[in-house]
Amino acid sequence: MEWTTILTGAFLIQVLAASLHLATPLVLAALGEIFAERAGVLNLGIEGIMLLSGLSAFAIATNAQSVWLGILAGIATGALLGLFFAFMTVTRRADQIVTGLAFLILSSGAAIYFYRIIFGSRSLLPQIEPLSQLEIPLLKDIPILGPVLFNQTILTHLMLVLVVVCVLVLWRTPFGLRITAVGEYPAAADALGINVIAVRYACLVIGGALMGLAGAYFPLAELGFYSNSMIGGRGFIALALVVFGRWNPLLALAGGLIFGAADALQIRLQLIQSGIPSQLMIALPYILTVLVILVGRARQSPSALTIPYVRE
Amino acid sequence: MPPILELVHITKRFPGVVANNDISLELHPGEILALLGENGAGKTTLMNILYGLLRPDEGEIRIQGKVCKIESPNDSLRLGIGMVHQHFMLVPTLSVLENIVLGREPRRGPFLAGAAALEQIMRLADEFELPISPHDKVWQLSVGEQQRVEILKMVYRGAQILVLDEPTTSLTPQETNALFNILRAMTKRGHSVIFISHKLDEVRAISHRIAVLRQGRVAGTMLTAEAGEQELAYLMVGRDVVKRVYANTTIAPQSDASAQPLITVRNLSVLGRHGGKAIDGLNLQLAAGEIVGVAGVDGNGQTELVEALAGLRPTANGEIIIDGHHCDSQADPRRQMKLGVAYIPAERKTRGAIPDLTIAANAILKNHNDRPIAARGIMNQRRIREYTQQLVADYDVRCTSIQSPAGVLSGGNLQKLILAREVSAQPKLLIAEQPTRGLDIGAVEIVQQRIMQQRDRGTAVLYLSTDLDEILAISDRIIVLYRGKIVYECPNSQQVSRERIGLAMAGKAA
Repeated sequence: MEWTTILTGAFLIQVLAASLHLATPLVLAALGEIFAERAGVLNLGIEGIMLLSGLSAFAIATNAQSVWLGILAGIATGALLGLFFAFMTVTRRADQIVTGLAFLILSSGAAIYFYRIIFGSRSLLPQIEPLSQLEIPLLKDIPILGPVLFNQTILTHLMLVLVVVCVLVLWRTPFGLRITAVGEYPAAADALGINVIAVRYACLVIGGALMGLAGAYFPLAELGFYSNSMIGGRGFIALALVVFGRWNPLLALAGGLIFGAADALQIRLQLIQSGIPSQLMIALPYILTVLVILVGRARQSPSALTIPYVRE
Repeated sequence: MPPILELVHITKRFPGVVANNDISLELHPGEILALLGENGAGKTTLMNILYGLLRPDEGEIRIQGKVCKIESPNDSLRLGIGMVHQHFMLVPTLSVLENIVLGREPRRGPFLAGAAALEQIMRLADEFELPISPHDKVWQLSVGEQQRVEILKMVYRGAQILVLDEPTTSLTPQETNALFNILRAMTKRGHSVIFISHKLDEVRAISHRIAVLRQGRVAGTMLTAEAGEQELAYLMVGRDVVKRVYANTTIAPQSDASAQPLITVRNLSVLGRHGGKAIDGLNLQLAAGEIVGVAGVDGNGQTELVEALAGLRPTANGEIIIDGHHCDSQADPRRQMKLGVAYIPAERKTRGAIPDLTIAANAILKNHNDRPIAARGIMNQRRIREYTQQLVADYDVRCTSIQSPAGVLSGGNLQKLILAREVSAQPKLLIAEQPTRGLDIGAVEIVQQRIMQQRDRGTAVLYLSTDLDEILAISDRIIVLYRGKIVYECPNSQQVSRERIGLAMAGKAA
């Protein structure tokens, strides 16, 4: 490829479409984390939850020969891990950061272990036909918008719908109001008869389910196979998106698109003989993450974040 | 009419102390019952029993004649008891409306019915004469406004009994009057009020009946109209008391007006936590040997002023000059310490001391790296012991051992320890931020005497309190902070008008 190809419309459309595609799991995971954090629980185990959910999704999908059952398994695994995280941090009041790190380490080991048990060691990598793009007739022919929006897997559409749903839930329903109250001032919520523990459990389970869906995305919608390094730090990028997006799903989506674009660009820029070392390109999204954290330091984080609730 | 609430032989024991000892009280519909007592008299315990945080060891609670079990705040609310805590139970980042409907939201389908909620709340606000602005965020409101929101929240939940815990602590005299009017209006509609306070005047002004608590017992119950002030005071403390325990005994200092002020603050601006100027172009001078009392409603820049002076917060503009030395704008508590600034923070346990460290370690927090405590980077344990024992003895800090954690000290003893540490370096400026908050009368007396001793030694003292009576009792000069500016200033004397200061606290020029 030549430098000039960057300037063509086709290239831009390609990058935009790829950004949305790459942003999908990031935003899904960030939505999950937003639920947890708005209720006052920092779920640092996000990367591990995604990995284990991805494994279970892939295992079920290959066994049942159904991508859809696999996705459901991923969601269920995520929700279960969220429930376990809630038990540790809400009921047992364990330190949220330590628990998160423990999740991370435990799950990376567990993933290797279970993969071996399920698939044994084979020379031929187990594979599955990943979710195909949903080409919506007519809509896909709209110039620019068509190929960007309507030539994606259905999970991307689901992600966009979920962003809207999350916004509605958080700002337009009593449940959303209660989540905010529990994350900001749990004693006040408790005094009004809101069950702080139940709200936190609900948010961690919903959050876990979303993280599980994000985890399932990698083997089932992107790769078609499973790898222990497939998440590759994207859980942490999602964590950064939550801060960047100030606990708001819409801003997290915007942030996700920026990261997606950085990722999409780096893949393509590697193909151009630009002279920039490819390692630097690969590092681009991660460098961006560090910058985002530096700039968007937890200014407006929920006041009760990381603080277990004890009725005095 | 039968009582709406009855407490029957309530007893609550804690290890080593009987907090409530056989307390029986009744509350009638439309009545304001005052619960009068000193700190530690058992008011809070009784309130927590009503609120469902504590369960009585003996006795029972009857509501409209029926025996009730209150096992959680939710039960209490369901039974029609609405608590207005001293620290408001409001979510600062949510709006007034959201705070009121929280937990009992009107719905339309799965969504919150915003319009319906608004209409309902405004109708209630009208009926009970509680003006509110529903869409403001709670953190933007004054203390008085937040209190109205809290009361409305309880009314919205159908509370028939309103329990207010020291509700006037951070109100201006005018806001206090407004609160009294609200309470009277509520009783006309058949609501009942329990008004918890340690202030005699207020209790006499608002209540129909007074129950005095002392050492966990009901020392007496009487109709307000028949209660004399002396009698109440006697019941409260169990001995005859002069009205103000902490009167400023020494004569105003011989500060020479022409003398160079020790501390000069010129055109100072400091940014607050939410951005914006919390202190806005403030000018202030303190002479050696005077106590300047800072009056004002909480949140008018007190914290920021104190933090700027103590070097805990950068200044945005203007200058602070301490004994001829210009401080630069950066936050640097160590620099201020070396310039002779001592600071008694309002939060004893989080800022004034490290509760998990020993009393000795807390005593040497400031000078642990200086001679004679340390030499060549090694601390001398014997010297630490001697030094701490000296402080503890001088300031009458009651403790079993200087090796116990500071957290086990009572509020008064911990405050004495902090005070001892801060003044032992012979400061030029002593900042005392709410130094007597939550202390019993005995400890208040000691703390204030020690602060006056410092003044007499030649220290300039900045004394902050939201309690106007306290400011009037101890200050040589009074300034009133409102929205980051000094809006009123006067020397303290018999002629000082409470009304004027009150108006200034509310930002109104007299």
